[in-house]
Amino acid sequence: MAILIDEASRVLVQGITGREGAFHAGRMRAAGTNVVAGTSPGKGGQDVDGVPVFDSVAAAVDRTGADVAVLFVPARFARDAMLEAADAGVRLIVCVTEGIPVRDMAEVTAHLARRGSLLVGPNGPGLITPGRCSAGIMPADVFLPGHVGLVSRSGTLTYEVVNELTLADLGQSTVVGMGGDPLHGLGFLECLERYEADDSTEAVVLIGEIGGDDEERAAAFVNEKMTKPVVAYIAGFGAPPGKRMGHAGAIVDGSSGTAADKKAALEAAGIPVASAPADVVLLLRQRLERRRSQ
Amino acid sequence: MDLLEHQGKALFAAAGLPVLPARLVTAAGEAGPAARELGLPVAVKAQVKTGGRGKAGGIRVCADAAAAAAAAADILGMSIRGHKVEAALVEKAADVEREMYLAISSSRAQRGPLLIFCREGGVDIEKVARRNPAALVRTPIDPLLGLCDYQVRDVIAAAGIDATAVTTAGKSLRQELGAAVRALWRLYRDRDATLAEVNPLVLTKQGDVICLDSKVTIDDNALYRQTDLARDGTEDEREGRARQAGLAFVPLDGDIGVLGNGAGLVMSTIDQIADAGGSAADFCDIGGGARAEVVAAALDVILSSGHVSALLVSIFGGITRCDEVARGLIEVFGTAQVGVPVVVRLDGNAAEAGRAVLAEAALAGVSVAPSAAEAVRLVVATAKASPAAGPPAGAATAGDGQAV
Repeated sequence: MAILIDEASRVLVQGITGREGAFHAGRMRAAGTNVVAGTSPGKGGQDVDGVPVFDSVAAAVDRTGADVAVLFVPARFARDAMLEAADAGVRLIVCVTEGIPVRDMAEVTAHLARRGSLLVGPNGPGLITPGRCSAGIMPADVFLPGHVGLVSRSGTLTYEVVNELTLADLGQSTVVGMGGDPLHGLGFLECLERYEADDSTEAVVLIGEIGGDDEERAAAFVNEKMTKPVVAYIAGFGAPPGKRMGHAGAIVDGSSGTAADKKAALEAAGIPVASAPADVVLLLRQRLERRRSQ
Repeated sequence: MDLLEHQGKALFAAAGLPVLPARLVTAAGEAGPAARELGLPVAVKAQVKTGGRGKAGGIRVCADAAAAAAAAADILGMSIRGHKVEAALVEKAADVEREMYLAISSSRAQRGPLLIFCREGGVDIEKVARRNPAALVRTPIDPLLGLCDYQVRDVIAAAGIDATAVTTAGKSLRQELGAAVRALWRLYRDRDATLAEVNPLVLTKQGDVICLDSKVTIDDNALYRQTDLARDGTEDEREGRARQAGLAFVPLDGDIGVLGNGAGLVMSTIDQIADAGGSAADFCDIGGGARAEVVAAALDVILSSGHVSALLVSIFGGITRCDEVARGLIEVFGTAQVGVPVVVRLDGNAAEAGRAVLAEAALAGVSVAPSAAEAVRLVVATAKASPAAGPPAGAATAGDGQAV
């Protein structure tokens, strides 16, 4: 088991004939992903390294049964690409694009909710079930199949923590990069819920950062609903108020959304917060041992 | 991008929201004639992108033209919370009967726009919610359906306006309020706002509804389709230069320059520096790939403060191999006059090969740390031992950012 994607996932790459699309389609396949189709308007009938290209998502889904779409589409066309995927019945849409307008994301998330499609991203690295399926741009070599779930608002921090986990022989069930935008698809809550229900996940790492109250709501959820151990890392204690720290969503607004508040909320819910990415391993080991000895 | 009050009000007026006649002045001498033209009394209001200008003396109500000129002279020289006042708005003064609050903002929790109205302005809305829930409306707007009539009726009901009240233009006050709410939604949607706030929205003694202040934030990601709203020149010069170079950059107060690949990674590095007793001079995310020219552009921006006494380069190689990154760093540090000690941390894809390439190059003033923790420890110690340096071109150093 895993969450959201596994070897049965049939992945479609939107924008597969572009440089990024072609490159990452190849990497996803190398990571064990079943890439069944690509799309590029006007280029239907071609193929990219043997992957058939279609003009539309609907045609690709019809012919290949694709159920996961990964978009490599510029920000100003991302809204339309996500709507197209949802209307074609794609179950899970993964958007790595950075810089999509807030209004577009509000409209997309509302439409996807009606269609019943799930979204990972935007402005994130996608997700991976190590050894079985990668939908996005995560560096698969860093990952190891195993039983730790991880959900994060930051791409490189994810790789960094995963690298430490892998070096410590703590493999991962599924790792989700939810993205750094203020309006996004699946968040901590939706992922925690799935990890809790997933037999192959024994513990969860949550990586947060300044801005919004996703971490606070996650803390409340863990407190009320979760039996599996959760450990966390939060970035941005040194961020000045009112400044966007790289990610559109990473901003301390007035006095809300601070790293200190998030740490306090998580700790109050019994979730230990690591002081550095490398320390996640230690905290996770402690929690797993405590759970096994119970 | 935050708009100034007068810029927001220009959008308000274009959207059909009621605002008072006003003139923007940038010299004190313009205020007197503006006041006479508008009709007295007038309010002279500092145009700054920060709250608290009233308490700081940035708003003055003036009974005659001479007073308006004097007020403008005072206000135009002011600095409010570090924001220099470059312009003032001379606006016809309002006879305020009561103040209300109206805003639409992008809500993360709702994943879309949220309409907020409060019968009482200038107060803590949470307190009103507890004391008098009927005075408050807080309702998500479906971005695909738009503002619904029932939501407008909810606002009118919460406002507690007499059904028979008529404005000076002879219209129903309730309808005028409803029209204002609808206009604000159109503005929010059509101008790609993430915040459109009217605080206060006032009822005047004459029985009109007026937007007395404006606070509008336009989504930076949508500026490409809001072409008449040019990015203004108020951003920090270095931030502008960094943006041009495709870097995410925020200046900070410390003396340790930081650059890395990934927003979370850089934030995390800054936190670890603080934990180790140091203080970062900046946040600088160079994005994926860590190409030599991007690193060079980042160095240029970071070191131009003249307050940097040591530099930490933290790269996690994901898809990019660290040995390729190392060769790029050698290209940069082998040619640029950095002038401060540099600590490099490489981890991830081919990290050992990358560290070996750097070690072999043995660049003067560049140390390679075996881990993130060690890199942070080393750069903090190095910064404490070395003076701040100037720009890479060797220009005069400021010297006042020296580490203690």
